[in-house]
Parts: sequence; structure tokens; C-alpha cells
Amino acid sequence: MLKLIPRPLRTLIVIALLAVVFILLADRVDEYRVYQGATIAAYVVAIISIVLLTGYSGQVSLGHGALMAVGGYSAALVVQNLHWPLWISFFVAVLGAAAVGAILGIAAARLSGPYLAGTTLAFAVGLPSIANRFTALGGEQGIGYDVGLPPARFGDSFTQYKWLFWICAAATLVAVGVAIHISRSRYGRIWRAVRADETAAALAGINVARSKVLVFTISAGFAGLAGALFSTTVFLVAPASFSLGLSFLILTGAVIGGVRSIYGAIIGAFVLIIIPIIAETLSSGASESVATNLPAVITGALLVLTVLLSPGGTAATFEHLAKAIRGKARH
Amino acid sequence: MLRIDSLTTDHGQVRAVDHVSFDVEVGSCTAVIGANGAGKSSLLRTLSGLVKSSSGSAHWGDIDLLKLPTSEIVRHGVAHVPEGRSVIAELSVEENLTLGALWRGKDPDVAVTKSEVLDLFPRLGERLKQGADSLSGGERQMLAIGRALMARPKLLLLDEPSLGLAPIVIEQIFHTIDTMRKATGLTVVLVEQNAVSALGIANHAIVLSLGKIVVSGSASDIASDESLRHAYLGY
Amino acid sequence: MQQFIDTLILGVSFGAIYALMALALILVWRSTRVVNFAQAGQAVLSTYIGLEIHRLTSSYWIALIVAVIAGGIVGGLVDLLMVRPLSRHSGTGPEAAVAPVIGTLGLLAIVQGVVGIFWGGEFRKYPAAFSTDAISIGGSRIPFSPFDIFIVAIVLAVMVAFGFIFQRTGLGLAMRAAAFGSEVAQLAGVRTGRVRTVGWSFAGSAGALAGVLITPNVFLAPNSLDLLLVFGFTAAVIGGLESMVGGALGGLALGLGLAIVLQYLGSSFTFMAAFVVLIVVLLVRPQGLLGKKGARRA
Repeated sequence: MLKLIPRPLRTLIVIALLAVVFILLADRVDEYRVYQGATIAAYVVAIISIVLLTGYSGQVSLGHGALMAVGGYSAALVVQNLHWPLWISFFVAVLGAAAVGAILGIAAARLSGPYLAGTTLAFAVGLPSIANRFTALGGEQGIGYDVGLPPARFGDSFTQYKWLFWICAAATLVAVGVAIHISRSRYGRIWRAVRADETAAALAGINVARSKVLVFTISAGFAGLAGALFSTTVFLVAPASFSLGLSFLILTGAVIGGVRSIYGAIIGAFVLIIIPIIAETLSSGASESVATNLPAVITGALLVLTVLLSPGGTAATFEHLAKAIRGKARH
Repeated sequence: MLRIDSLTTDHGQVRAVDHVSFDVEVGSCTAVIGANGAGKSSLLRTLSGLVKSSSGSAHWGDIDLLKLPTSEIVRHGVAHVPEGRSVIAELSVEENLTLGALWRGKDPDVAVTKSEVLDLFPRLGERLKQGADSLSGGERQMLAIGRALMARPKLLLLDEPSLGLAPIVIEQIFHTIDTMRKATGLTVVLVEQNAVSALGIANHAIVLSLGKIVVSGSASDIASDESLRHAYLGY
Repeated sequence: MQQFIDTLILGVSFGAIYALMALALILVWRSTRVVNFAQAGQAVLSTYIGLEIHRLTSSYWIALIVAVIAGGIVGGLVDLLMVRPLSRHSGTGPEAAVAPVIGTLGLLAIVQGVVGIFWGGEFRKYPAAFSTDAISIGGSRIPFSPFDIFIVAIVLAVMVAFGFIFQRTGLGLAMRAAAFGSEVAQLAGVRTGRVRTVGWSFAGSAGALAGVLITPNVFLAPNSLDLLLVFGFTAAVIGGLESMVGGALGGLALGLGLAIVLQYLGSSFTFMAAFVVLIVVLLVRPQGLLGKKGARRA
């Protein structure tokens, strides 16, 4: 019966339902959870950028943390220097990162596999250090980036954290919708064809290089938005937030959630948030060096286990389960 | 003696080799012929372990080939010359040959084997230090066979040695194989699409179609059976 | 002019270490087609082990040998325990291409975390075999110390040794055959699995050596070799990922380039400079300095 509703409408309904769930949740949980929700939202968008690039198009980038930095800085700069409103700064973040992504993409189109990984890695290490150098970019301290106070009409009990969550969640839901739409569009099909077999795709008339640049650009745009969202959660853009570790972290989230799945990004984002919590519980009572290092060990172990046991991530596991259940139901 | 009993290999949903059974006497040559996609290559690749069988057995002497990992078969006297990319282009001609005898370690007879191989294929001797990628098609096939012979095999599995080669070269190579087999008592399984040449040097032949044996018998009988040739061999 | 020459000389000693790390990455790449990001973790672990041995024996040389052997063992274990199962499980598609990279990244995180748990996060100085003061010749000082000479000498010796092993020994032939034509190699009797493990062991030892050589200067902490990994990888890619000589050249080029940038533009530009060098080389010659055309496809 579900199949009677056309797909775009179904997606819209799912997103609308998610929005309602988020609004209700935000009212019921405590401040800290709401704040975490905002961070999860930012992670979701960041992971989607990886899903589009790696899952749909097969290219590996280790530098998306730097693209997030570009987005974050672009947004912060227009707010600080031009006093543009927050929503516009999100668009600027997307465009700024996309522009850089396009340039990277042109280089990426000529590279593959480890060469691309190496180039993006060098980019990830190189870019944040630039911000350190220039005072216009705030140097080491960075630039402040604030979502501001919630509008008065929401009343006194509507805290800033809740406002933060609403903004991030809204931006994220829009991003998810756009990502799904793109993945179903002609472009999504082209990228999947290129991923499956570049030679065959080229023979079928696809301009492989151009499609690679395009997906890189779009993926960068998502990363830029994620960077802006991240910065809102710390009220700051600074080089230290965009270290190499960030690039690895979102790659981890993408793999665990399922590198081909946009909905898997939500799972991946949750896992990223949960790991430090689990680590904290496990290491309570142990020495400080255990506490600081356990998250890394857990993250690494999860990655290795995912890759060994279920390379498609949790999304793939769910898919298999769903197929198995559907298969049984038919008999 | 090579005994193959009800050997079956599947590639996913496709049954590439379908309950194939035949024997090869020591010192004889059996040709495995049939159209493209009939399962000939899959048969050899199953014997050498590059592909896993689904059921059945294959015994060379008292050794079950199917239980051996690929890198061990040569230590039991079985050498497989696969179809296509069977030399390593990044190595020199000499290195390709040396590779074939690496497993023999410090055996002083390796040098003897090498000179024998070079006697068989003098063209290789002229190009020892050159990269294998600089060889012509025929020379590459000679190098591939030479590499296999460096292991001093008792059973030689040849997969379409004539592929892409000029008729004169094909004749030369097949003549060499035939002479060598008669001189050393080598057992040969020769997979070929080029049925004429293969039947010319074989004692027995089996014809494969869609993974199954459809005909088996002496090579001369099969070569002279016109209706068979029309049906399965295309001429 | 003098300053320029000094800068170049400085670049050489750093370049030598990058070349060593590049070598470790190239070894693994050629034998398994995997970029081993865990190399940084393996090198760190081996260097810490060396540090402990030094604490116990006060001998630089014993510590060095133990660290290198430890690196080899760790490298071999990584292949046996993670890479082999990985290559058996993965099919095709983006997961298969990404899986080994992700696996080594995960391993890196685990190793760094475990190292941090046992040794803590503070920086330590690894001892140097010789004096690290600049040498004076005549009246002027060259920014090259006896230890720097030692570094270059040992890296050259390692390269020559590996070159010899690869080109003139049966093991080297087996390794090259397994890397370039795994199927044919197996049919010829090469146990390609074992050969690949040996490759990983060699790489682990090379990485350990690089770690030991650089930590008198860069200091040792769980994450301190990440940058060495990045530079080593950059050097390897510049050189073309296919040959050790390429890695050596790439390391040299990177070392010189970074030294120049450091001297004339300041330290905050060095990282970006690495990226620029990389991009320029790859745009002009996508296969790297010594790679073969078409070889850049994984």
C-alpha cells in the first residue's frame, strides 16, 4: 500500500515526521541532550557529504574537514564583517566550500585511489594552518559565530540551546531532502554508473571527468554547510576545530552508518556522539590516560570491525535484515 | 594418471563445469575443445586451484589437486599456463624464466633446465635481458610455456596457447609441445578453440559444450567426424 | 646565497627521513595495493619500544635494532591479522575500494590509543646517536650535524639494501612477481600470501627506523608521527608510488621544497606548501615523477 504513494511525496512525509519528532523530543529532553542533538545534526550533514562522494561516486577524500573549515569561515566572515543574517551565511558556507570543492574536484578528476586520498590528506593538513597565519581570519583564536537569541515570540522558556537545535535540525532536514533528491536524479544515476565501471560509463557517453568534478563540488557544498553548523555549536570558527582528526571522524561515521546510505548518515552521526559517552562510562575509575585515549581505541575498533564484518555499514546490515524479513513474509 | 571425476564448478548462478569426468594417461596428450564459453578455461582453472570447485574430484597420481592451494601444485609436478596474461610484463624475460624455478631453491639442475628451455625456444635466449613487455605475441607464449617448463613438470595444463597468434607461430609452438612430450613423457592437457591444431597433436580429445562433455574419444576419430565438427567445432 | 645553501642542506636531512617513510608506504602499496595509514601508529609503537629498551640498556644501538625488529614483527602481524582477512571478505564496489584504507585508519586509531594508554601523551625526546650540533668547517658553520650525516647515510644504506634484495635475490623476485602478477606467480609456486607478509614486515621495519631517526628532532608522542606519515605519503605520491627510487626522489624534492618555504615564508606555510608541491606534480605528471602512465589507476 505504501508503494501507491509516489517516492518524492514519501520522502517529504518522512522528513516532515522526523521534524515533528525532533520538535517533540527537544521539549522533553534536558538541555545537554538538545545541545548534543545539534551536534548530531551537524555530523549528519558532514557524513552525507562523504556518502555522496564515496558511496555514490567511489572517490575517497580525507580532506573534508578542511572543506568544512572553508564553509565555517565563509559563514563567520560574512556575519562578522557584512552583518548578513544567519540563514544567508549558511548559503555562503555552501557556496564557498563548493567553489573550493570544484577546484579540488578538477584535480580529483585526474586522480584516483591513493593519489586522491593523498592529495586530500595534504589539503586537510595544509588548509587549517593558513587560518593560523592571517589575522583577518582571526588567527589561532578564530572568529566568533553566533546563532543569536531565539525570537521573542517563542517565549521565555525557549532556551538558546533549543534555538540552536531547531536551526541545525532544520538545516539538516533540508540537506537530507536535497541529498535524497540528488541521489534519485539523473546525476545520481550517472555517478552510480561511473562508480560501477568508469570505462563502461565513458563508452555510454558519460563525461566522466565532468561528473567527478560535479559530485566533488556538491559534496563540498554539504561539507561547507556542516562546517557552518558545527561552528554554531561551539559559537566559534577556529583552526583547531578542523584538524585532520575531523576528516577521519566523519569518514568513520560514514563507514559505520553505511557509506552508500543517506539515512545511514543518521546512524553514523549517533554512533559518533555515543562513542565518547561509552568511553567515559567504561573508563570511570581508571587512570586519566585511559580516559583520554579510550574513545580513539573504541572508534578504531568499530571501524575495523565494520570493515571486516559488514563493509556496507549498519545500513547494509539493516537492508539484509529487511530483505530476509520480507523474504520470509512472502512465504 | 590424471583422473577427473564428476568435476563441477559454479560461477555464481552459472554452472561453468558440469560433472565432467575423464582420464588422461601418463605421457599422452588430451585435447579439450569446444566453443567459446564452453567451460574449457574454467576446467583448467579449477584443476590449478585458481577457482573453487563445487563438487567432484581430480587426482593426479594419488594427490587430490582440488585440496591444494594454487602455489603448491607446481611442487607436485603440475604446471598451468593460463590463457592471456601469462607472463609478467614488468619483469625481464630471464626473470620470468627464473620465476618458474624459484620454488626449486638451490637445485643445481635449474641451470640445466634453463638451457634446455632456451634450446627449445632460441628466440627467448636472444632477448633474455629485455623486458617481457617488449616481446611479440608468439614470443610471449613461448616465454609462458618456458616458465612452466622451468618447473620440470610432469603434467602440463595449456590454456589456449594459440590465441591471437599467426598460423606459422602456432604450428611452431604445437610442434615443440608435441616433440617435447614424446621425448620426456610429459602428460599434456591442451585446451583450445583452434580444434584443428589441437587434434593434430593430441591422442585423445573431449568436446565441451555448456560445461558438459558431449563427445569423447580418440583425436583422430573426432577429427574425421564431419557432423561433429559442424555441430560443436564450427567447421 | 649562503643561507640558501644552508636551507638546501637542511632539506636533505629531512628529505631523507620522508624518503624512508615513503619507502615503507611504497613497499606495502606495491605488494598489496593498500596505503597503510597505520604505518604512523606502527612506527610510533616501535619507537616507544625502542625508547623503553634504551631506558633499560642505555645503548642506542641495541634500542635501534630492537625497534626495527619490533617494527617488522608488528608489520607482519598487521598483514596476518587484518589485511589478509580483509582482502578475503571484500567484494567489489566502493566498499571494497574504501575498506582497506578505512581498516588501516581504524588500526591507526587503535594503536595510537593503546600507546597513549600505556605511555601517556607527553612529549619525549628520543636519543640521537651522534651530536646534533652543526658542524664547523674552516670558520663557517653548516647546518648539518653528525647526526644528520648519520641519517642520510643510513637511509642510503637501507635503500641500497632494499634495492639489492628486490633486484638480485629470489625473495625480491618473488615479491615483485607477487605484486605485478599474482596469479602467474602462484602458478609458478610463489606463496604470495607469505611474500606479502614479508613485504609488510620490511615496511614496518622501515617505518620504525624513520620514527627512531626523526624523534630526536620532532619528539615522540602518540600522534607525533602523523605529520611524518602525511609527508611520507606526499613524497611517495610525488615519486609515483611505484618505485623506491621514486620515493627517494620524492622525499628529497619535498624536503628541499619544505626547507625553502620554511626559510623564506615561515613555518605556517609549510603544510600548505606540501599540498602545493603535491598538486603541481600530480597535475603535470599524474603518475608521479617515476610512475608509469596508467599506473595511477589503483
